Amino acid sequence: MDILSNLALGFSIALSPFTLMLAVVGAFVGTIIGALPGLGPSNGVAILIPLAFTMGLDATSSLVLLTSVYYGAMYGGRISSILLNIPGDEPALMTTLDGYPMAKQGRAGDALVISGVASFVGAFFATIGLMILAPMLARVAYFFGPAEYFALYLLAFCTLGGMASQNQAKAALAACLGLGIAMIGLDNNTGMPRFTYGNLHLMDGVDFLVAIVGLFAIAEVFFFIESHGRDSAVGVKLGKITIPVKDIIGSTGAMLRSTVIGFFAGVLPGAGASLGSFMAYMAQKAIDPDKASYGKGNPRGVAAPEAGNNAAAGGALVPMLTLGVPGSGTTAVLLALLMTLNITPGPTLFTDRPDVVWGLIASLLIANVVLLVMNVPMVKIFVKVLMVPAWILMPGVTMVSFVGIYSLTGSYFDLVLMIAFGALGYVLRKLDVPTVPVILGILLGNQMENALRRAMTLSDGDWTYLFSTPIAIGLWVAAIAGFVAPMFLRGVMKKPAIADADDLAD
Amino acid sequence: MITGDRIFGLVVILVALAYVASATQIQTSFLSDPVGPRAFPILIGCVAAICGLVMILRPDPEADWPGLRTLGRLAVALVALVVYAYLLKPLGFLIPTAVVAALLGYQIRPRAAPAILSGIGLSVGLFVIFRFALGLGLVALPRALMG
Repeated sequence: MDILSNLALGFSIALSPFTLMLAVVGAFVGTIIGALPGLGPSNGVAILIPLAFTMGLDATSSLVLLTSVYYGAMYGGRISSILLNIPGDEPALMTTLDGYPMAKQGRAGDALVISGVASFVGAFFATIGLMILAPMLARVAYFFGPAEYFALYLLAFCTLGGMASQNQAKAALAACLGLGIAMIGLDNNTGMPRFTYGNLHLMDGVDFLVAIVGLFAIAEVFFFIESHGRDSAVGVKLGKITIPVKDIIGSTGAMLRSTVIGFFAGVLPGAGASLGSFMAYMAQKAIDPDKASYGKGNPRGVAAPEAGNNAAAGGALVPMLTLGVPGSGTTAVLLALLMTLNITPGPTLFTDRPDVVWGLIASLLIANVVLLVMNVPMVKIFVKVLMVPAWILMPGVTMVSFVGIYSLTGSYFDLVLMIAFGALGYVLRKLDVPTVPVILGILLGNQMENALRRAMTLSDGDWTYLFSTPIAIGLWVAAIAGFVAPMFLRGVMKKPAIADADDLAD
Repeated sequence: MITGDRIFGLVVILVALAYVASATQIQTSFLSDPVGPRAFPILIGCVAAICGLVMILRPDPEADWPGLRTLGRLAVALVALVVYAYLLKPLGFLIPTAVVAALLGYQIRPRAAPAILSGIGLSVGLFVIFRFALGLGLVALPRALMG
């Protein structure tokens, strides 16, 4: 009954009027961010972190606010998938497959309601899964020494890189880029400056928030300038919203199966929500006798990926909270938030700061209910948001990014650095080099190096120490498999092509 | 002839080599651990150089690069953002924000009047939100004007 008493503690924190308000505001803002094409959970949360920080919110409050934004963005992504055939964020890609055909058949309202309910089912059960699995994993994580942590970080880079890119060399390069940037600044073992070239601003290293906002938000602006801001006219009619009870009951099985698949896809370090929704959709299509109707507006084809991606969003929080290793781009951003708030994720988080963990879990449950209410009856409000044209939206995003970083660091140097990261992000994405491993590298670089150096200190320089325990060997094998396997699986698991969707996914 | 990946791969190799060379110059203290502050950066640099080499040898199909005019627009936006970064403090929030927001809007959709209006609207709207709803200490106008 540990869980229940912990949950009671969580609710006692999360049910304060102020925290509730933050959850509602976060859920609302998040849904808008998710719905807007070009703004997804990662860049949405990224531009809000500096703002939450400068507003002087305490750790629990900022965490509640931004995870509500995160969950909200996962809900919101489906709206533009269904109405515009443009995924609002990458995980919502699969929802376009059946969602847009449904909308064209005049069932846009039905598709939005079904996907809203599916999102709720996925996110709700995944949060319960998080409650059960995370403390268990935290207990296992106590057995992790520096050698295991080094292998674990490697695993995160390998699986994330393997999944995120079509080209392993580019994924590995992205990780190296991030790790290399993380090395800048004072070495925390010897206190010697590294790669600072006498520049005082670089002594503290590169602030990861600057890098994240640059790579995710500013780079997006450059993309919109190049593409002239695609016309985001809603081409389908949205009639009165009714609840299609029959379809919802008919897809209960699909939702529950997809929740399980999505949750475990999310728990894998590095895999994340895109894989969750992809696998959920594919599995649903494979077992359904009516295969031919998929891609032509089957309600179960809308329910499965939405339940899958929201469940994965919850699952991705498990490795992030228990091991400090994020499972996706957005959880990498949330990790950045925790580190900014001086909270070190890891097994000790559950014993040292139960208020943070359980307050967060309770607020996720609350945010979910809020999101269901917002996203089913009030979905029309968010549809209006889609009308905001890119030439107003993107300058707005830029200004918010500037103000956020400026009020956080107060230095011109960081603003210019942010712009440089924006330009870098543009070039990298043009060349199909994934940017998430760069972020992960900047976030985890110093910890990864410390793990290696502590392992070597313990073993007095014996490299075989890295492979000395069964857990470490298992992690190494998984890391290599995670990096190599996608090369062979690529032919088998080809992503279905969607016109105009690829270059908008972030 | 695929060039984008090859050029980038070459740049990566050069930067990686410079990084490794720079890493060997890091001073180490007598209290160092067995690995020291140099080994990990050198390892990263070497892996990056290998990745660059792979990109040269096995490049992906050429990316769809924008034309010269679009590149020009991107360059204008880049310069505008850098200038904005330096003007934000001396000129206050409102004026630079309106100008740069209008400019960016114009780069995305080249129609002057709506861009200018949205620039002014964004500048004032965001200022009100930041200053009064979020309580950030932004300066509205140049300090000289405010006395």
